[in-house]
Amino acid sequence: MIGYVASRLIRAVITLLITVTLVFLFIRFSGDPAAALAPPDAPQEVIEQYRRAMGLDKPLWAQYTAYLGAMARGEFGYSVHTGLPSAQLFLNRLPATLMLGGTALAIALLAGIPMGAIAALNRGRPIDRAVMGFSVFAFAMPNFLFGLVVILTGALVFQTYVGASEDTLLDVLPPALTLGLASMGAFARFSRSSLLETLNAPFMVAAEARGIPRGRRMWRHAGPNAAIPLVTLVGLSLGGLIAGSVVTEQVFAWPGVGQLLVRSVATRDIATVQFIVLAIAVTMICANLIVDLLYLVIDPRIRAR
Amino acid sequence: MKVPFAVKCALVFVALFVAFALFGQWLSPHEFRATSLTARLKPPGTEGYLLGTDARGRDLLVRLAVGAQITLIVAVVGTVIGAVLGSLLGLLAAARRGWVENVIVAAVDVQASLPIIVVALFVLAMFDNSFTLFLLLIGLTGWEVYARLMRGAVLSAKEHGYVTAVRALGASPARIYLRHILPNVASIALVQFTVNLPLTILLETALSFLGLGVQAPLTSLGQVMSEGRDRLLTAWWLTLFPGAIIFVLALSVSLIGDWLRDRLDPTLKSRSS
Amino acid sequence: MSVPVVTIEGLSVALPDGGDRPFAVEGVSLEVAPGETLCLVGESGSGKSVVAQAVMGMLPVQLPLVAGRVTFQGQVLPAQRDKAYVRLRSARMAMVFQDASASLDPLIRVGDQLIEIARVHGLSRSEARKRVDEMLIAVRLPDPARIARSYPHQLSGGQAQRIVIAGALLLNPALLIADEPTTALDVTTQAEILTLIADLQRERGTGVLFITHDFGVVSDIADRIVVMQAGQVVESGTAERVLHAPEHPYTRALLAAATKTGDARDATGADTILTAQNISLTYRLGGPFARREVQAVQDVSLSLARGRTLAVVGESGSGKSSLARCLLRLEDFQAGRLTFDGQDITNVKGAELRALRQRIQVVLQDPFSALDPRQSIGAAIAEGPVIHGTPKAQAMERAAELLALVSLPPQAIDRHPHEFSGGQRQRICIARALALDPEVLIADEAVSALDVSVQAQVLDLFADLQRRLGFAMVFITHDLRVARAIADDVIVMQNGRIVEQGPVDQVFHAPVADYTRALLHAAPGRTLKEGAA
Repeated sequence: MIGYVASRLIRAVITLLITVTLVFLFIRFSGDPAAALAPPDAPQEVIEQYRRAMGLDKPLWAQYTAYLGAMARGEFGYSVHTGLPSAQLFLNRLPATLMLGGTALAIALLAGIPMGAIAALNRGRPIDRAVMGFSVFAFAMPNFLFGLVVILTGALVFQTYVGASEDTLLDVLPPALTLGLASMGAFARFSRSSLLETLNAPFMVAAEARGIPRGRRMWRHAGPNAAIPLVTLVGLSLGGLIAGSVVTEQVFAWPGVGQLLVRSVATRDIATVQFIVLAIAVTMICANLIVDLLYLVIDPRIRAR
Repeated sequence: MKVPFAVKCALVFVALFVAFALFGQWLSPHEFRATSLTARLKPPGTEGYLLGTDARGRDLLVRLAVGAQITLIVAVVGTVIGAVLGSLLGLLAAARRGWVENVIVAAVDVQASLPIIVVALFVLAMFDNSFTLFLLLIGLTGWEVYARLMRGAVLSAKEHGYVTAVRALGASPARIYLRHILPNVASIALVQFTVNLPLTILLETALSFLGLGVQAPLTSLGQVMSEGRDRLLTAWWLTLFPGAIIFVLALSVSLIGDWLRDRLDPTLKSRSS
Repeated sequence: MSVPVVTIEGLSVALPDGGDRPFAVEGVSLEVAPGETLCLVGESGSGKSVVAQAVMGMLPVQLPLVAGRVTFQGQVLPAQRDKAYVRLRSARMAMVFQDASASLDPLIRVGDQLIEIARVHGLSRSEARKRVDEMLIAVRLPDPARIARSYPHQLSGGQAQRIVIAGALLLNPALLIADEPTTALDVTTQAEILTLIADLQRERGTGVLFITHDFGVVSDIADRIVVMQAGQVVESGTAERVLHAPEHPYTRALLAAATKTGDARDATGADTILTAQNISLTYRLGGPFARREVQAVQDVSLSLARGRTLAVVGESGSGKSSLARCLLRLEDFQAGRLTFDGQDITNVKGAELRALRQRIQVVLQDPFSALDPRQSIGAAIAEGPVIHGTPKAQAMERAAELLALVSLPPQAIDRHPHEFSGGQRQRICIARALALDPEVLIADEAVSALDVSVQAQVLDLFADLQRRLGFAMVFITHDLRVARAIADDVIVMQNGRIVEQGPVDQVFHAPVADYTRALLHAAPGRTLKEGAA
């Protein structure tokens, strides 16, 4: 068990280190940051001055250690356009994104898992086919199109422009539904197949033979066993939610991190883009680590390792 | 072989889409970049403009045809790049083990910690967007999934008795991998291809929709949509037509993929004859 | 005889359309008296497990009951699966399955699972706990308190089966249905479980419906026997009568397979082809943080003479299959020396090793995975010669001859593995191995996955081919009967070491090592052999 925890931790650290290194190398080799920062018509000497000031005349290895050192001190650079620390810009935007993503995840879980369970328990019936149809629909539906349809519906049917504010739960629901739709379909599909597999497991047949009533078999035996692989899926769906929020925030003009990212990319605000990319990587790596460690708690077979 | 009705519809739609992408430009007398001040924002059904025009008076039908072509090229080429790259790396990891495998597994972990759209945005923030760069970025979609799947499949194939038996016959490693293992794991990559293709379509259109993908004067379905976004309420056709095509295309490919997976699923035919 | 616990009359269960026959079971009648053990014997696909499901009222929907009546303690059971009734019935009928640990919920401690059974049948918490504690002692688990706190994956196969038996007998059922409960276990564990079931049955007067394919087990425990073939009962009667005067040819074939012995052969004048000296193999497992080593083979020496058969016998984990991989040079062992035909082959590599492979061939345990599913039978058999430079056409001609040699029809050459049964596939694997005219053939559990009657045929085929072609064989097996039927000499392995070695008659009749004696004692069907001899 200690070996398992240690290996997961080290794997997470290595992954993060590689990501940071790649980000460094990309930024370093994408162009001359000094030339980019200096005024457009600056003479060569001025650029050289910028270069020395930024440490770009030092060897690559020294630049790399300086980069890592700055990160360790929490210095992530300043936004070219606003002059604010990129971390500050990110943190200003974070609450809105957390609210949107959290609501989307909640909708996806609360609707997707019961849908999958109902489909599995009614295998082959119309309701099962409807759920499976929905999951394909949700997978194939581009969130920018769904978002536009939601906005259009809001405007034409309810005479309101959705996404204009983010004050109440009612305001967050349309974008959250848009964002959570794909995950909802994935949860429905996955919980269906997981439950079906569990229902056919030998221990379920044995439980029936032992006279354990159906309700108890479902809640006590099938449910927990089918839920274990879902933990992985929830971890994986985080990536989908982050990716989806970039587009969804844009469609609904939601003032979150995704919108900041798109804007920073368009304006080539490298420091901000870099911070957001690293923040996403850290979030995902931590999420995967948590999923791995969660298995220790819920699955005795892994605990034994 | 019984093909479900929904899959038949999907196949027909994909065929129509490909035909539209290849020959759709001839349905319209206009050129896809030709603007017209007199024919701005014409609704569908206007004389000479079957699907209407955009804010610069360009014919939507011909723009959709060209957009479909670019979307199709990007999706197919991108998916092939990802499939080949990922499958080869997965195969290599399983075949070589040792540090080669460690490096590949670490690369997969890194990719898995960053959604591809974020990687694409990061790269696009630093490099000038070009069609080639964009194609390469789209090609990275899901490579790590192929790598992971293929590595697992090859590792488990290596445990199969037939590999031991063929090795005992004196077969060289090349023969074992190319003649025996590869044909047996290829169906896994094929199934993943059909899962990945709609994802690639959605990524291309999403990036183009954000204005960070295919750049004017070229166009794609997502780019057409993004141009019409601000006129959602007044010129709905500019967003809903391309949106509908993207959706039905992704839906059709997914349906075909699901059906293929059920037919090719290697777990279904391993033991029962 | 008293009122039977269960009576089955004219039971027929339909198979879905497209099966190889219309009924899974057809017109099956049998009864089990209190305290009696009825053995329902048949090979895979005979429908014996379907009978058990029908009695339990747990037929899957694809297999509907179309005719027949099941009477339980004088009461006719409804054909429909009535849920309340099934639950009531489950208190008086219980079932034990082949894979015990798979029949336990992996997420719940086994003690809690036993208490759950008692609780859902109306016992109070304290009664349930007391009953479970008694039962854990009754099934003779070492340290029952610790095992009750364990999860299923922490138990050995034997321990898990004891837990399942404890659960089955917890409510003192009148009928115990045991569906191949010892098939997945080692012989010594099997013997313990069989004794346990018999003892508990005697104490409690339980009727046992014991489903098995193994006539050895049958001869040890049966009071009466019902033999099934292809869904129908072909013979039934008292154990005494069926075992000693079988009437149906199928029963006779099954019995002959279970009591097979080899012909003694003259051992003189044969020269040695393969020797192993002090071979040790260690597997290194786990990642950088949980590295551990497993000593699979320790200091094993053996020698094999031309044309002779050496059986390597051992239970699971004894290292016998690892030894086979060492002999084949598929595994790089850390210590020891291999000599083949006078040449040291311990370190041969590359082209030299590939050339050597022509002379040592292998037949593996699982005929389902041993053939590339995408390769035609002809190509599979021809592959060896093709690799070693025989022109394709000539190799295919040879493949056709080999098919005839292993008694398969010539049309098989263009077919694919999935079109063949397990026994046929094993014949194909033998043909593939023989295509290179090897001097040594290593058979790793080559008949273990096969039904008994097929097993007998394949063993005969091995012996016959050896007589005609003169190769030497190393026959790896866990089954003492198989070893006895085919070998000239026997090696017994335990925990990676050789504990006994000698000519087959000596090892079987005058074993020296305690472990060999325990194995022989545990092997089912001893009375059968004495009776048949």
